[in-house]
Amino acid sequence: MVKSNSNNMSAVIVNNISKKYKVEKSQVTALNTVSFEVLKGELFGIVGPDGSGKTSLFRVLTTLLLADSGNASIEGYDIVKDYKIIRKKLGYMPGRFSLYHDLTVEENLSFFATIFNTSIAENYDLIKDIYQQIEPFKHRRAGKLSGGMKQKLALCCALIHKPSVLILDEPTTGVDAVSRKEFWEMLQRLKAQGITILVSTPYMDEASMCDRVALMQNGQILAIDKPDQINLQFSKPLWAVKAASMYSLLKTFKKWQAVESCYSFGEYYHVVMKSDLNGNDAIKSYLLQQQFLDIEVHQITANIEDSFMALMNKSHD
Amino acid sequence: MINQNVIIAEGLTKIFGNFVAVDHISFEVAKGEIFGFLGANGAGKTTAMRMLCGLSTPSSGKATVAGFDLFKDTEQIKKSIGYMSQKFSLYEDLTIRENIQFYGGIYGLSKKQIQEKTTYLVEHLHLQNYQNSLVKSLPLGWKQKLAFSVAIVHDPAIVFLDEPTGGVDPVTRREFWELIYDASERGITVFVTTHYMDEAEYCNRVSIMVDGRIEALDTPQNLKKTFNSLSMDEVFLKLARKAVRGE
Repeated sequence: MVKSNSNNMSAVIVNNISKKYKVEKSQVTALNTVSFEVLKGELFGIVGPDGSGKTSLFRVLTTLLLADSGNASIEGYDIVKDYKIIRKKLGYMPGRFSLYHDLTVEENLSFFATIFNTSIAENYDLIKDIYQQIEPFKHRRAGKLSGGMKQKLALCCALIHKPSVLILDEPTTGVDAVSRKEFWEMLQRLKAQGITILVSTPYMDEASMCDRVALMQNGQILAIDKPDQINLQFSKPLWAVKAASMYSLLKTFKKWQAVESCYSFGEYYHVVMKSDLNGNDAIKSYLLQQQFLDIEVHQITANIEDSFMALMNKSHD
Repeated sequence: MINQNVIIAEGLTKIFGNFVAVDHISFEVAKGEIFGFLGANGAGKTTAMRMLCGLSTPSSGKATVAGFDLFKDTEQIKKSIGYMSQKFSLYEDLTIRENIQFYGGIYGLSKKQIQEKTTYLVEHLHLQNYQNSLVKSLPLGWKQKLAFSVAIVHDPAIVFLDEPTGGVDPVTRREFWELIYDASERGITVFVTTHYMDEAEYCNRVSIMVDGRIEALDTPQNLKKTFNSLSMDEVFLKLARKAVRGE
């Protein structure tokens, strides 16, 4: 791909960003030469556990934190030199609720609109869908809202100046399965309006809601691709196994030399064997030998958690 | 096992003003069982759990926890249970050893027991090289495992876990569940809430709260059958979507 071409299509370009923090006497690497690009209009996910560097990365991109090295641009503007322009183009929803508790829903929204020299009316179309859900409570103080409503208000405030790029730091953390689903549906509607969205999450299953994802661990990106493509890279056969006594099955797999990895997934264990020659029959007969009952073994394709764990183990080696 | 119920709740209710947070819930939990306590945000899980821990007096109903009456014997209940939440209660400025010793002392273990437990836990969690490190210097996953171990340092009848695995990587999350299985094998009852629906499958039985009531309670397998669903995620969505009240 020709560089200048990709620049025109990319809303966010991150190039070798590194950041270390001093903690007491030691240094912690929060970001280790992170690079990726987000295309215009893309819904791009950063998926990783707590402490993997997601928030540091977003704080660098939102011009709130200076990186030690590397550079990045948003819509062609440099995050250091052009930070004032970038702040007008970005909508940012931090991980911690950071609206004014003592202002009402409506007051918060008009406050953020005013700061960006606009009004609620001017960009109402963009937030209408979401705002209508909290409008019945517009005279309630933000501090008195439920978690789900706070989240919707924060999203409205991040959108009120019609940003071209929206950065959301763990918007679904601590939110129940129903509200999480609704939130992703909202993001899909925003994407349809042409907004580029960069969103982070610790929930691996949410990767499938994104156009592309970067899997992150220990300040590094383990993989970047479409969710399906990442799973296709899982190279070894993967077996779903269950039997009558699940905990002793786990202990058996942990002891069995022929097993490379065994992780629980709902009612099954996902098992990778060291040798591809050990398949369905080998697993079944070994477990029969060990007196297990109701044995079930079948081959499956990897999901995003399988892939993440395989990549994690690879990066430790 | 059937007769050894460590939690028995009958019509347990909590009312704040005219808001019924927990609405006549009845259930039993057996010794050593891993009991999943699910519900959407605002369904009443935390209030129910606070009552069962003896921290909040029920408005009505009956319950015994570890054989003690929830209205009269809350102090005994507190001694018979362990509790761990996502905001764990470890002291960041104490070392791993010191935290174990501190909690051992709080739960009234003898000096000798504390010594034995400390040695055992440090080995069991593979923390030999870090036992004198401050807790704040540990990765999140280690803190979680330590917090769980400290919550059961006194071998309680029941341990209550409030979303114990939020935010950790998938490997650590599974290692954490191995600790849960291990505790359950030793006869400790595990009462756990979670937002990860795959974890609901790891429980012996699961209850799902909607608007203050228990709408479903069964093994994961039976729940999937009853609600004609392929996964617990689907079961949960079918039930929780019916909720009328917010948080």
